[in-house]
Amino acid sequence: MQGLEVRGLSKRFGGLVVSENIDFDLPPGARKALIGPNGAGKSTFANLVTGILSPSGGTIRFDGQDVAGLNEAQRVKRGIAKTFQITTLFPRLTVRENLRLPVLEREGQGTRMFRRASGNAEIEAEVTALIDQFDLGPLADRPVLDLAYGQQRLVEMALSLALKPRLLILDEPAAGVPSSETHLIIEAIERLPDDLAVLVIEHDMDLVFRVARSIVVLVQGRILTEGTPEEIANNAQVRELYLGGAHG
Amino acid sequence: MAVRFLPPLLMLLAAVAAYFLFPYNLAFLTRIVIMVVLVLSLDLVLGFAGIATLGQAAMYGAGAYAAGLFAIHVWADPVAGLVAGALAGAVLAALSGAVLMRTQGLTLIMLTIAVAQICAEIANRARGVTGGADGLRGIRPGKVLGVWEFDFIGITGYWYALAVMLLVFAVLAILGRSPFGLSLRGIHESPARMEAIGVSVYRRRLAAYTLGGGIAGIAGALTAQITQLVSLETFSFSLSAEALIMLILGGTGRLYGAVLGTVIFMAVHHVAAANDPFNWLFVIGALVLAVVFFLPAGIAHLPTSLKRLSKGGRHAGS
Ligand SMILES: Nc1ncnc2c1ncn2[C@@H]1O[C@H](COP(=O)(O)OP(=O)(O)OP(=O)(O)O)[C@@H](O)[C@H]1O
Ligand SMILES: [Mg+2]
Repeated sequence: MQGLEVRGLSKRFGGLVVSENIDFDLPPGARKALIGPNGAGKSTFANLVTGILSPSGGTIRFDGQDVAGLNEAQRVKRGIAKTFQITTLFPRLTVRENLRLPVLEREGQGTRMFRRASGNAEIEAEVTALIDQFDLGPLADRPVLDLAYGQQRLVEMALSLALKPRLLILDEPAAGVPSSETHLIIEAIERLPDDLAVLVIEHDMDLVFRVARSIVVLVQGRILTEGTPEEIANNAQVRELYLGGAHG
Repeated sequence: MAVRFLPPLLMLLAAVAAYFLFPYNLAFLTRIVIMVVLVLSLDLVLGFAGIATLGQAAMYGAGAYAAGLFAIHVWADPVAGLVAGALAGAVLAALSGAVLMRTQGLTLIMLTIAVAQICAEIANRARGVTGGADGLRGIRPGKVLGVWEFDFIGITGYWYALAVMLLVFAVLAILGRSPFGLSLRGIHESPARMEAIGVSVYRRRLAAYTLGGGIAGIAGALTAQITQLVSLETFSFSLSAEALIMLILGGTGRLYGAVLGTVIFMAVHHVAAANDPFNWLFVIGALVLAVVFFLPAGIAHLPTSLKRLSKGGRHAGS
């Protein structure tokens, strides 16, 4: 099968069960959202899929191949990428340098020593295209730490997209972004390539309902339910969870 | 374009001027130049890649002993001796780095110190080969490139060391702008993100550490050939620590910082120690404190800092 296929995935931290028997599919071109209260295990699930954490049980297959034995860097090479819930960039490098790095590494040029990092016209063209795609043109030569937070979140997405992944997990892309700027994040997600499988983890329901065609609800490490946005919006359990919970 | 060649030109001019201004201090000038090579190696490891180390002298000492032994037992050719020194430094860095690069922070620093101590102890015990505490003597390097003989005044030694230093500088300048150099800066900024873009941070750090070891080995080889003596002091903790202070003084990650910091530290040391052999450390201490407080990015950053201050930029005074 093409895309991501997770079966019976579980993860324990000592006695704490954070993922429990999760079955999850994400075919090419999918736009899924993973929602749930704080501490439900959403980031943990993302970290299991990308190889930052190793599971306590279950299988993860991508394009029909078991990726259990691969570390994070090797899974990136297979096409699995994720953004960080807590912005993780190269702060003192410019936007352009931030984006040049993943493209160079993807092209296997990262260990070249005797040519200029900016000397490959094709790579530079691609970096420029990414900068334009995320409307970062005027900021291209500024260190990332000079950027406003919302713009840093865009660089966060651009950095992962620069790897040309086939599966992209966005871990709370709008976290901490003022609501007046979330539309920038939403537009950026809408502009992602059609054949890319996208999983968005997010608390902002506006964003979730704008971009997701299907929503998975995770509660205490278990999948509570999965459905279309309408089904989830009308689901009594979910409504109770969100009306009674910390997020609305 | 012209601006880019100004700093290296100034550096060369300063070196030539120093030669004519201080003709009776060539040995001291040469020591500075060799120290610059060691501090440059530290700039690659610490300044570029962010690998915290207080044991760069391990590779320096390995290079010194290797070049000395090579000259005595194998071939007196200086350039071949440099290669031997570089290889020794690189091999030691690769072997120790295979373990060290899996650690970070304080653990890493302690381990780098330990490696240098172990090397010193091995050199001390292997008296038959290294001369132990008496040092390795009897190094008689041949003519440089078969033309220039090492003289008593140290003229050949100075130009030879300077040529090697400029070459190392040029290679590191090219490296710094390369994809590899960029990836080291990336690792310095965020190892987690580097893993996330598909890089084995461990391997990349090991490569940088090995390269830095090779350059430190070259510095050690220069000392062995020019002073024609290698002592256990080449492995000393104080050498590693002084190299670190010089780099911080000048500013990390920009190569010129390594040059400036070394020249200033050693000049101040020279003058202050001559005037007041007991209190010169206070002068150095005050200098380091002043730089850390007023120029946290190092002396090489002074022009940028001044520019920002005068423009009232957003980072002024921060
Ligand atoms: N490395 C770890 N060691 C121990 N416990 C952990 C670890 N990482 C996460 N946890 C715990 O696992 C649970 C799930 O954490 P996770 O970060 O996956 O939640 P989340 O759904 O992403 O929450 P949020 O919406 O706040 O981001 C939490 O109780 C957390 O404290
Ligand atoms: Mg989370």
